[in-house]
Amino acid sequence: MTNDTEQRGLPAALVTEFEELVAHYPERRAALIPALHRCQEELGGWLAPETLEACAEFFELEPVEVFGVASFYPMFHLRPVGKHVVGVCHNISCMLRGAEDVLAKACEVTGCERPGATSEDGAFTVLRVECQGTCTNAPMFDLDGTYHENLTLDDVERILGGAR
Amino acid sequence: MSYPTYLLDRTGLEDSHTLDVYRAAGGYTALKTILSGGHSPAQVIDMVKDSGLRGRGGAGFPTGLKWSFMPDPSKDPRERYLAVNADESEPGTCKDRILMQEDPHGLIEGILIACYAMRVRTAYVYVRGEFRLPYDRVAAAIEEARAAGLIGEKIMGSAFSCDIWMHKGAGAYICGEETGLMESLEGKRGHPRPKPPFPAGAGLWGQPTTVNNVETLFNAPFIVNRGADWYKSMGTAKSPGNVLVGISGHVEKPGVYEVPLGTSAKEILEDFAGGIWKGRKLKAWYPGGSSTGLLPASMIDLAMDHDSLKEAGSMLGTGAMVMLDDTACAVESMAVISRFYDHESCGQCSQCREGTQWLHQIFERIEAGDGRMEDIDLLSSLAHGMAPGKTICALADAAAIPTHAIVKHFRVELEEHVRLGGCPMKRTSERETVGAMGTRA
Repeated sequence: MTNDTEQRGLPAALVTEFEELVAHYPERRAALIPALHRCQEELGGWLAPETLEACAEFFELEPVEVFGVASFYPMFHLRPVGKHVVGVCHNISCMLRGAEDVLAKACEVTGCERPGATSEDGAFTVLRVECQGTCTNAPMFDLDGTYHENLTLDDVERILGGAR
Repeated sequence: MSYPTYLLDRTGLEDSHTLDVYRAAGGYTALKTILSGGHSPAQVIDMVKDSGLRGRGGAGFPTGLKWSFMPDPSKDPRERYLAVNADESEPGTCKDRILMQEDPHGLIEGILIACYAMRVRTAYVYVRGEFRLPYDRVAAAIEEARAAGLIGEKIMGSAFSCDIWMHKGAGAYICGEETGLMESLEGKRGHPRPKPPFPAGAGLWGQPTTVNNVETLFNAPFIVNRGADWYKSMGTAKSPGNVLVGISGHVEKPGVYEVPLGTSAKEILEDFAGGIWKGRKLKAWYPGGSSTGLLPASMIDLAMDHDSLKEAGSMLGTGAMVMLDDTACAVESMAVISRFYDHESCGQCSQCREGTQWLHQIFERIEAGDGRMEDIDLLSSLAHGMAPGKTICALADAAAIPTHAIVKHFRVELEEHVRLGGCPMKRTSERETVGAMGTRA
């Protein structure tokens, strides 16, 4: 394992990007949440403790502050996730049109034991998510940031089967 | 019924999200009118006040009045901000997404008009993190507009300068509450702030701030172009204009439709959404999202406007109708909705933090057949303890209102669940229960 000093710090490209981002606001910290998104996208799909610490250093905050923010928002993963993340909406409009069946099918196709779990091969994590704001196209899931809507169980099989 | 439309007119055009198409459809002419000396900032505010436009984010507050709360810059020279609430997350609601995705320049022109009227130099568009395509479309439109001299310094050669920045949220419902949104935009947990102070006095970074919903701002260019009288010719006297209504759940053609405020819910269900699906009958409906009271089928003749629904003990909210057919279970719907509020409570106020959790547990156990008769009154008592006005923000109210409504209109169904020791309806499917939510990896 690499030691702490090597793990600290953010990749130079992200630092450049974040310096530009903070210029949009009167206070540096305002760019924290957009920056955490970029870290999650670029640094392995989740926010490792070292990433949060590196962000704390960049934003001149205590690490606990950054952890407090990251843990508040459901889109941030504080543990490793699968290569693909499937967020199945289980809120009212989707539930009325079969979200629970979509969820069960998504778990079955991906090999995730239950919602919240990652498949043994590390390919998928299936999550329950709250309303995604596309209620007139229910049921739906979000696969790696792209919405798939008006799903049938065949669609679930085809889309997730094809993603692996 | 036929009536004039305007909100969704451009969305059908090919490449409706681009500057060229927007301009060809008459885009940015309202901005041009005001910047070429047509209207002073005060005149724009008066015009919006006169139009009677009410906020489309759920509360229905008069927009012109809200704008007029911003202090006079000659007396209060502090930096000031507009925060655009694009955190669309009220269950059932998916209208702002369409405007951002299909007609982003319409939103940008609305933002610029609002900034001109309130003499704001910097606006932030707070978009919920999951909305990737709407975010990308608005971001691209901002770049196009900036390159065309419509955003930035001395817009259209006038003295008006304004910047618009995109800002991505990260999936918390509470950030759609205006003070939670401001905390989040400042890079913090989305904990709503006590009011007063109100945002116009002390908002983002303690400076004067106005928070407006996407659809609200989208109305502004039309009002400037066509006038307050034109606007008032649509809708009702107290709720003028058209509104985007989303209708979802058990209907043949779910969708987002543009109707004048005051259109009957029955007309929207039958003429637009094609009626209840599978030849079944309507059992119950949420008129304006999950925070509004569940109403029985007998009330489907109600007019969709702020005052009619308020009188009926519900709310227009975000105009998001969620329809339940006669095989659906009202209790199950509340088990899902109370689970949502339990998940989304920020935890600052004990009434809400504990109350939403209790409501969720009680609805779950009644639905599962473990309920007791006294649970029904316990639901009412809890909801009374949570709202109105007992917490920092209205999330507790949002959980309490549909709770009161189900006890009022569907008490018999709650009692039946307890008496039978289970759900008399065929459950949609088995659900996870408390403690096994699976919302986190």
